[in-house]
Amino acid sequence: MSTQSPSKVDFAKVDEIIQSCGAKKSNVIAILQKVQATFRYLPEDALTYIGTKIEGLSPATVYGIATFYNQFSLNPKGKYEIKVCDGTACHVRGSMPLLNALKAKLNLKDGKFTTDDMLFSVDIVSCLGACGLSPVIVVNGKVHPKMTTDALNTVIDVLLQKERGE
Amino acid sequence: MTVIQDKQAEAKKNIEAQGTRVLVCAGTGCVACGALEIIDELKAKGVNVSTIQSQKMTVVTTGCHGFCEQGVMILIPDLGINYVKVQKEDVDDIIESLRTGKPVERLLYVDPKTNEKIEKREEINFYKKQKRTSLINVGQINAEELNDAIAFRGYEALEKVLNKMTPDEVVKEVTDSGLRGRGGGGFPTGKKWMFTRAAQGDKKYVICNADEGDPGAFMDGSLMEGDPHRLLEGMAIAAYAVGSDEAYIYVRAEYPLSIRRLKIAIKQAEEAGLLGKNILGKGFNFEIHIKEGAGAFVCGEETALIASIEGERGMPRPKPPFPANKGLFGKPTLINNVETYANVPGILLNGSGWFASFGTGTSKGTKTFALTGDINNTGLIEVPMGTTLREIVFDIGGGLRGGKKFKAAQIGGPSGGCLTEEHLDLPLDYENLCNAGAMVGSGGLVIMSEDTCIVEIARFFASFTQRESCGKCVPCREGTKQILNILERFVAGKGEMKDLDTLEELAIAVKDGSLCGLGKTAPNPVLSTLKYFRDEYIAHIRDKRCPAGVCTAMKKIVITDKCIGCTKCARTCPVNAISGNVKEQHTIDQTKCIKCEACIGVCPVKAIVKE
Repeated sequence: MSTQSPSKVDFAKVDEIIQSCGAKKSNVIAILQKVQATFRYLPEDALTYIGTKIEGLSPATVYGIATFYNQFSLNPKGKYEIKVCDGTACHVRGSMPLLNALKAKLNLKDGKFTTDDMLFSVDIVSCLGACGLSPVIVVNGKVHPKMTTDALNTVIDVLLQKERGE
Repeated sequence: MTVIQDKQAEAKKNIEAQGTRVLVCAGTGCVACGALEIIDELKAKGVNVSTIQSQKMTVVTTGCHGFCEQGVMILIPDLGINYVKVQKEDVDDIIESLRTGKPVERLLYVDPKTNEKIEKREEINFYKKQKRTSLINVGQINAEELNDAIAFRGYEALEKVLNKMTPDEVVKEVTDSGLRGRGGGGFPTGKKWMFTRAAQGDKKYVICNADEGDPGAFMDGSLMEGDPHRLLEGMAIAAYAVGSDEAYIYVRAEYPLSIRRLKIAIKQAEEAGLLGKNILGKGFNFEIHIKEGAGAFVCGEETALIASIEGERGMPRPKPPFPANKGLFGKPTLINNVETYANVPGILLNGSGWFASFGTGTSKGTKTFALTGDINNTGLIEVPMGTTLREIVFDIGGGLRGGKKFKAAQIGGPSGGCLTEEHLDLPLDYENLCNAGAMVGSGGLVIMSEDTCIVEIARFFASFTQRESCGKCVPCREGTKQILNILERFVAGKGEMKDLDTLEELAIAVKDGSLCGLGKTAPNPVLSTLKYFRDEYIAHIRDKRCPAGVCTAMKKIVITDKCIGCTKCARTCPVNAISGNVKEQHTIDQTKCIKCEACIGVCPVKAIVKE
């Protein structure tokens, strides 16, 4: 499943999440969302665990659900999750040149979407609903409107400086 | 006085006590432009039910004002002043203008054609031709305050229904209004309600489809952010009509603000006895749950959405049985879209005749559109059905950016089609759009100029639907893949003329053979562009040329002799493809260039061009 060997999963945390959502099959998406919010990705062990804990589910069905929905990632994400919106409006106003420049800037090649130092990961998303301000990117939930390659470089540089300063 | 009349009188008093209301847009767009900082600053400086030099004024955090292009927007209804492009630094001047009643000149909207400053919102072209019915309160009220919703007639329709109407009368009123599903299909809403009402079963569900997955559409999101109570009220009326006591709102996870506001609204409505047990003392019980989606476009299809709520992979199933008979957890289920429900309170309050007075013969009422792309006035609009594309693009939208030529309008997202110049005077309604090979869809309207490559856009939509195909049925799973392969060859300059026929054949096969709406409509962008822009396809295939200069495989970026050697481009290039000495003409290493066009943007003398 995942390419990186995951650090040990704290099952007590997973249990807590299952309890808070309710151990019901119809809550499995909500449970996976909370697991991903906690671990920043879905560790394989957690999927198996959920599949055995809840009645009506199996590890295979949970894996099936986790790979079906775009929101879920089986690979660890970077500290800064950058979402490049490629909805129609953003696409028409140049989201692809932005993505190319971003990947070049972060040295992401050959289908890689997370930097080696685990600082940045890049995702393409379909629409964030800020079409009036296209093209937009979102860094850890903060929307940056009307992006240009120049502005994008600045956003990354600021984050890099912050990281080096810490 | 009835319960709601009582509450309304009190709510209005509360609003009056706020003095001058300063409505600050806090839709997703304006928040990205710093609306929240402006609101904090206004509050910190005293515009918070406090008194500045004996004047009362209150800052109100509202939903989307619509004119996203001009964000952050502020409206002061009492003074009739509308501010655009407001920044945090402008707060002092705005407070001064509140005191004196004289507008801050530099923050007024300037009409680009006449260069005239316009003070009143309703005199701006963008707003003139609009008719807001479902969005009537969006931007007028604080979406997080039940008081505001009540003061603006919220829950009045629900009380009227519970006090005076039988469920059958409600269904009849909605049927008579001519309301049709606003999510895309355009199925008559009244009929859907009638089927669900007639279905046998002790337990029935109501679902709101808020999985607005069309890229380039944000109408439903804005509605939920700006007036969540209207949606809840519409759903409660629907539940009463069909005989349900439990509902789900399925919201896409990409809309965190919508989810937050809906949760707040549900809690408030429950506390006020407008949701929950024995609503308004009339013995009607109704509870609403929120389900967050997880990013799958196919979940916009009703049976896939139901599967997703049940905790399955969001895959559609064949119909019949229709959800009205066998839906969520096998029970009869009514499923409508956000905008459809939002139209319901207005219909019950003002009568079906009022609603039917807008629109065309077969398409009644108003429709929201998300107006985006290469257009001057991007934003959220609501117009009567039957408004022409020309009115939307040129009157409301203010024409194309930089005075460019109109090329096409993509309507209905990945399921829709392209409209061209010949359709500019076509009244937009369900039938006309269907005949033109497009569809109303949820209302995404992306305007494209001569700078957009149609073949690339067709590839873009094909890659979207291919990615989002759930994989259940073969025509969609394999067909969209092959369509995408062919289109990718075209944009890479590797197409052959015979591919055109194969593409058309494939598109028709996918359209006819697919199980659900996703596959049935996925070929629409291809078919409609093939119909109206065949020349452009041929240019890509035969001449290996992209007329719009977009397709990277056929594009070269070069520096002309206008270059002054300022080195700006070389420093900007993310891949260090540009070299040259200071004050001498620079050159681009074509083997390194990724065609991101960053250099074009920074060149002060426009010396870098696309070839």
